Amino acid sequence: MSIKRIIEKIIEGALMISSGISSLAVLLIVIFLFREGFSLFSTSPLENKNIIVVNKTNPVSKLNAGQIKAIFDQEITNWKDLGGNNDSIILFTINDISNYFSDEEVGAEFEFLPDKLNALVDSNPTMLAVYQDKYLAKKFSGKIVNVAKNNIPDFIMGKQWFPTAEPAVQLGVAPLILGTLLVSFFAILFALPVGLATAIYMAEVADERLRKILKPVIELLAGIPSVVYGFFGLIVIVPMIHDVFNLPVGETALAGSIVLGIMALPTIITVSEDAIRNTPRSMKEASLALGANKWQTIYRVVIPYSMSGISAAAILGIGRAIGETMAVLMVTGNAAVMPKSLLQPVRTIPATIAAELGEAPAGGVHYQALFALGCILFLITMAINIWVQAISTRRKMNK
Amino acid sequence: MSKNLKEKIAFWIFRILSLGVLLILFWILEFIFVRGWHMLSWDFLTKMPEDGMTKGGIYPAIIGTLYLVAGSMIVAFPLGVMAGIYIHEYTLDSFFKRFIKLMTNNLAGIPSIVFGLFGMALFVNTMKFGDSIIAGSLTLGLLALPVVIRVTEEALIAIDDSFRHGSYALGATKLQTVRKVILPMAMPNIITGLILSIGRVSGETAPILFTVAAYFLPKLPTSLFDQVMALPYHLYVISTSGTKVAESRDMAYGTALVLVLFVLILNLLANALRKYLGNKVKMN
Repeated sequence: MSIKRIIEKIIEGALMISSGISSLAVLLIVIFLFREGFSLFSTSPLENKNIIVVNKTNPVSKLNAGQIKAIFDQEITNWKDLGGNNDSIILFTINDISNYFSDEEVGAEFEFLPDKLNALVDSNPTMLAVYQDKYLAKKFSGKIVNVAKNNIPDFIMGKQWFPTAEPAVQLGVAPLILGTLLVSFFAILFALPVGLATAIYMAEVADERLRKILKPVIELLAGIPSVVYGFFGLIVIVPMIHDVFNLPVGETALAGSIVLGIMALPTIITVSEDAIRNTPRSMKEASLALGANKWQTIYRVVIPYSMSGISAAAILGIGRAIGETMAVLMVTGNAAVMPKSLLQPVRTIPATIAAELGEAPAGGVHYQALFALGCILFLITMAINIWVQAISTRRKMNK
Repeated sequence: MSKNLKEKIAFWIFRILSLGVLLILFWILEFIFVRGWHMLSWDFLTKMPEDGMTKGGIYPAIIGTLYLVAGSMIVAFPLGVMAGIYIHEYTLDSFFKRFIKLMTNNLAGIPSIVFGLFGMALFVNTMKFGDSIIAGSLTLGLLALPVVIRVTEEALIAIDDSFRHGSYALGATKLQTVRKVILPMAMPNIITGLILSIGRVSGETAPILFTVAAYFLPKLPTSLFDQVMALPYHLYVISTSGTKVAESRDMAYGTALVLVLFVLILNLLANALRKYLGNKVKMN
C-alpha cells in the first residue's frame, strides 16, 4: 500500500470519528442528565441528614414529605391524622432545645445532647422530634420514623414545589409541567394560523419580489436572540397586558404565550412553506384544469397534500416553545403554582432550571431535582423530535 | 358567495397576516433601535461598567462574547465540517448514516437549557474546569455542532454528481476529489452557514448561565479558565435582577441594540458573501 493510500485511510478514519461526535454527545447528555436526575429517587426529602424520631410506643412508623410539611405548617396537629392515636403532636426541632434544657445540661460541646434528646422523646410519648443523625444516642430507645424516599409518582403528580423547604423539601413538578404545556399550547394556537397563512402566501400567492422581502425577515426573526425577545416582552408586552386586562401584575402566562408565539413563527413558516412547495406541480395544474380557482386548489389539494409537513411544523414549533428558556423566564412571573388561567403568573420547566440551578448546591436534593426536571424536558423534546422524523420519513416513502 | 369572492377574502387574510409578521419584526427592531440608539457610542463599547452597571460601558461583555464565539467555533467548525463530509461523501445510504443523521437531528432538538445542565455536570463539575471560558465554549460548541453539520451537508448536496464523476474519471482518489473539487465549490455555502451559526451562538444565554457567565466582572479574562461576562447574560441580568433595574434600563437598551446589531451584521454579511462567493465559483 502506498503512503498516499495510508494517508487517505487515516483521513477517512478521522472523518468517521468526527461524524460520531454528535452521537457521542447525545449519549453523554443522556448519561449525565439521567445519572444526576435519577439519584434524586434514592435520596430522602429530609435534608442535612436530619432524622425524625418518635417515642417507641407511637404506632406511626412511616411518613412522607407532604405529611411532614403539613405537620410543620400546623395543618396536621393530631397523630390520628397520620394513623396514630388521638393525641396532639408535640413538635420538637433542634432550635427548641433551650426550652427544655439549659446550656450546662447540654454541655459546652453538645456532648450530652444525644442522651438528652433520647430522654426527651422517651418521656413525651406524643412528641415528634427532628434532629441530625449525629445526635442519635448510643443507647437509643426511641423509634426512627421511616421517611418515604423521593419517588417518581410523587415527583410528577405532586402539586407543591418548595425545593428548599425545611425540614422536608417538596418536589412536586405538576405545576411546572402544566405551566410549560399551557404556555406552549397557547403560543402555538397563536403562531400556527399566522405562520401557516404566511407560508401559504409565500409559497402560492406572493410574487417573487414579495418573497424576497419576506424571506430575510423570517431569517432575521429566527436570528434575534431569545434574551432580546424576553427583554422586548418585559418592556412592551408585559405592561400592555397589565393595562389591557387591568391586572396586578402583567407577568403572566399570556405574556409568555405571545412572546413564544412570535419566536415559534420562523420555525412554523419555514417548515410548512417547504412542505407546501413540495406539492407536485401536476397535482395543482390538474386541479386548475378542472376549473377550480387558486384558493380552491390551495384548500382542497395543496393543504391536504402537505398536511404531514404542516403538522411537522406545528410539532416542531411546540418543541421549540417547550424548550425555550430565557424569554419565558423574563415574562411569565415564575410562580410555581398550579396554573388556573392565562392571566396568572406561571413557571415553566426550563425557567425553573435557569432560575434555581445557580442557588442549588451541587449534589444536593434541589440540584438533583433540577436535573430530574431536565430529564423530563429532554424526554418531551426527544419524543417530539422522533415524532417529527417519523412524519418526514413517512412522507418520503409515500413519494 | 361566489368562489372568486371567497378566494379574494382568503388571499386578503393571508396578505394581512403576512404583513403582520413583517410588522412584528419591525416593531421589535423599532423598539430596540429607537430606545437604544442614543446609548451607542465609542465609550459604551470600550468602557467597563460602572456604578453597579448603571453607567459606563459593556466592554467586558463584548470581549467575553467574542471569546465564547471563537472558542465554540474552534470546537464546532472542524468537527462539524468533517462530520458533514463523511456523512455525505463517504457513507452510502446505510444504517450507520441514518443513525448518525438521527442523532444529529436529536442533538439539534435538545433545548439549550439542557445543554447548560449537561455542560455544568460534565465540564464544570466532573472535569473540574469550573465556571470557565473552556467549559462555556465546549458547551456552546456542542450546541452549534448539529447546525454546522447540517449546513455542510446541504452545501454538499447542492453540488452536482457530475463533478464527482468527472474527477474520478480523471483518476483522482476520493480524498483528492473532496479536497480539490467538492470543498472549494461547497465553501461559500459552508461559510455562510458558519456565519449564521455564529449569530445563533452569540445570542445563547441558557447554556452559559452555569458554565461561564459572570454577573459582574470588571476585568478581562487572562486564561481559558477564567469566567467572563457575556452580552446576552448581561442583558438578562441588568433587565431583571439587581436592585437598580430602573437605573440600568438605558444600559439594557444599549446592550440589546449591540446584540441585535451583531446578529443583523452577521446576517447581512452572510447574504453578501453568499452572493459574492457564489458568483466567483460560477465564473471559475
